[in-house]
Amino acid sequence: MGRITLENVQKKFGDVEVIPPLNLTIEDGEFVVFVGPSGCGKSTLLRLIAGLEDVTGGEIRIDGKPATDLPPAKRGLAMVFQSYALYPHMSVRKNIAFPMKMAGMDQAEQDRRIAKAATALNLTDYLDRRPGQLSGGQRQRVAIGRAIVREPAAFLFDEPLSNLDAALRVGMRMEISELHKSLETTMIYVTHDQVEAMTMADKIVVLRAGHIEQVGSPLELYKAPRNVFVAGFIGSPKMNLLAGAHADRHDCATMGIRPEHLDVVDGGGTFSGRVGIAEHLGSDTFFHVHVDGISEPMTVRAGGEIGLTHGDTIHLEPQADKIHRFDAQGLRIA
Amino acid sequence: MATEHSKAAARIMIAPAVFVLLVWMLVPLCMTLYFSFADYRPLRATFEPWIGFDNYVSFFTSSSFISSVVTTLQMVGGILCITIVGGVLLALLLDQPMFGQGIVRILVIAPFFVMPTVSALVWKNMFFNVDNGLFSYLYAALGLQPYDFLSQAPLLSIIVIVAWQWLPFATLILLTAVQSLSSEQLEAAEMDGAPGLSRFWYIILPHLSRAITVVILIQTIFLLSIFAEIFVTTNGAFGTRTLTYLVYQRVLESQNIGLGSAGGIIAVILANIVALFLMRIVGKNLDN
Ligand SMILES: Nc1ncnc2c1ncn2[C@@H]1O[C@H](COP(=O)(O)OP(=O)(O)OP(=O)(O)O)[C@@H](O)[C@H]1O
Ligand SMILES: [Mg+2]
Repeated sequence: MGRITLENVQKKFGDVEVIPPLNLTIEDGEFVVFVGPSGCGKSTLLRLIAGLEDVTGGEIRIDGKPATDLPPAKRGLAMVFQSYALYPHMSVRKNIAFPMKMAGMDQAEQDRRIAKAATALNLTDYLDRRPGQLSGGQRQRVAIGRAIVREPAAFLFDEPLSNLDAALRVGMRMEISELHKSLETTMIYVTHDQVEAMTMADKIVVLRAGHIEQVGSPLELYKAPRNVFVAGFIGSPKMNLLAGAHADRHDCATMGIRPEHLDVVDGGGTFSGRVGIAEHLGSDTFFHVHVDGISEPMTVRAGGEIGLTHGDTIHLEPQADKIHRFDAQGLRIA
Repeated sequence: MATEHSKAAARIMIAPAVFVLLVWMLVPLCMTLYFSFADYRPLRATFEPWIGFDNYVSFFTSSSFISSVVTTLQMVGGILCITIVGGVLLALLLDQPMFGQGIVRILVIAPFFVMPTVSALVWKNMFFNVDNGLFSYLYAALGLQPYDFLSQAPLLSIIVIVAWQWLPFATLILLTAVQSLSSEQLEAAEMDGAPGLSRFWYIILPHLSRAITVVILIQTIFLLSIFAEIFVTTNGAFGTRTLTYLVYQRVLESQNIGLGSAGGIIAVILANIVALFLMRIVGKNLDN
């Protein structure tokens, strides 16, 4: 069980309010991802849940029981740190065994759980090595192993993959997702990687300056961002946000259209401009198009084999049902 | 770039230093070696350049030799214990954020800048003195009989004086080591359910082990040659005669330069054996 409830949780460092009072419920077994720009308080929120920081106000409940004043060890949560935080002088086996040893678990049970975790995480051959003798991905697995042997109520991950190279990141991403499927334990995952958030999450929490901007499934956030910030933050490449005459035509203060919802047409079209940078990814091509009257270049996703290059003229037509409209306060107009 | 040219230049550059070192060390060493095989007692006008190993034999077989080695070990061991334990505790304390941290740190380091003779005198006269030492006042204030530290517990007194001088050194090195421990590791241990004492035992202490071996190595080398503190306080009486002090007594008090030189050579050999062992341990600890 791992249902975590935050009620009016607030955090101040001195006079600086990093997290204004905030409410959030994380259901048992959910994979929740916190995303937001750097410095928005993702790590702080995670550390509040873990108990590594004290809340300034509000209440944290784990499985309905108040946990606000419990020390980290008593909350039954396990955390995987960005720097892995392995104990360098202990072998992999001892690292994984450490939480069980601290809990006074008997040796046979410890060995059984270590063996199980090592098999699940492909660590069997490395159990007697020191962390310093492992690759980044292996270290990450050890850190996860150390977390799962405790059979915690929930896992907390703080940007666990940001120290890995791109290929390894994809692999570990899937391993963590699979782990979640097989353990069915609550996981809270902090990242600022779009793709990680979209692919792994059951529920994404978008934060800005400590505020929750929107909570929802990846598709909900993608299809119906609640405000301009979420619209610009979720989706890669970013949504094109236009103000002025173009927005007026749709009766809104800001109109948004995703790069993938702009069609390249032969002539006419709502927008026409010059191709700036063209990013050819093979399967897709992203064009940065300089449209007259719009200061920022618009991004367009087109098929991989479209034959336009720098300086060519391009005509674009937004798909009418995919246009997002926002009012002067930046809120979505339904 | 280590071209032939720069190598030659480097050799020429370090030559003066090497030369001075050689003169500084080799000449006295050779002279000591030479005297250690001689019967040389200037006050009796005896000088016989070769008497074989007689000096060594009599230095080894005299009862003061074994006792001085034991005293040396006790003294070095005691000082190491106090400075390591105290240094670790002080380092942990100084690592905590507190008011006036900078000043406190400077105060902690201050004893290191006091010359050994001066600090021994200060301790002898200001603290340990039976009649008007601060400790005597303290004892009197508590209604106790003043205690004559230097004659009742001379070895311990010297250990305390020298430990006081070396504590800053240990603290300083250990403090930098404590500060280099990543806070995430401690937080991970906290999440793993390790209470404060276990965190110290399983995380902090292993992290400090390297720094501790370095402190032990450096201190041992210096502590084997403690002299001023003994000279100022007890003059080697009451079981505070270390090997270094014994050599000094043989040379200057007994005016037996041959015997003293033999003792000196023995001390050098013993110190080197100790250093070799310590180097091994440090090397092992620094490897991984
Ligand atoms: N111990 C602290 N004392 C004072 N301010 C802090 C402390 N820890 C964090 N902050 C501030 O709180 C804010 C949120 O920090 P936090 O580490 O939670 O950001 P984040 O969202 O995790 O950022 P990133 O994505 O870069 O890791 C930042 O503005 C930071 O400066
Ligand atoms: Mg962070």
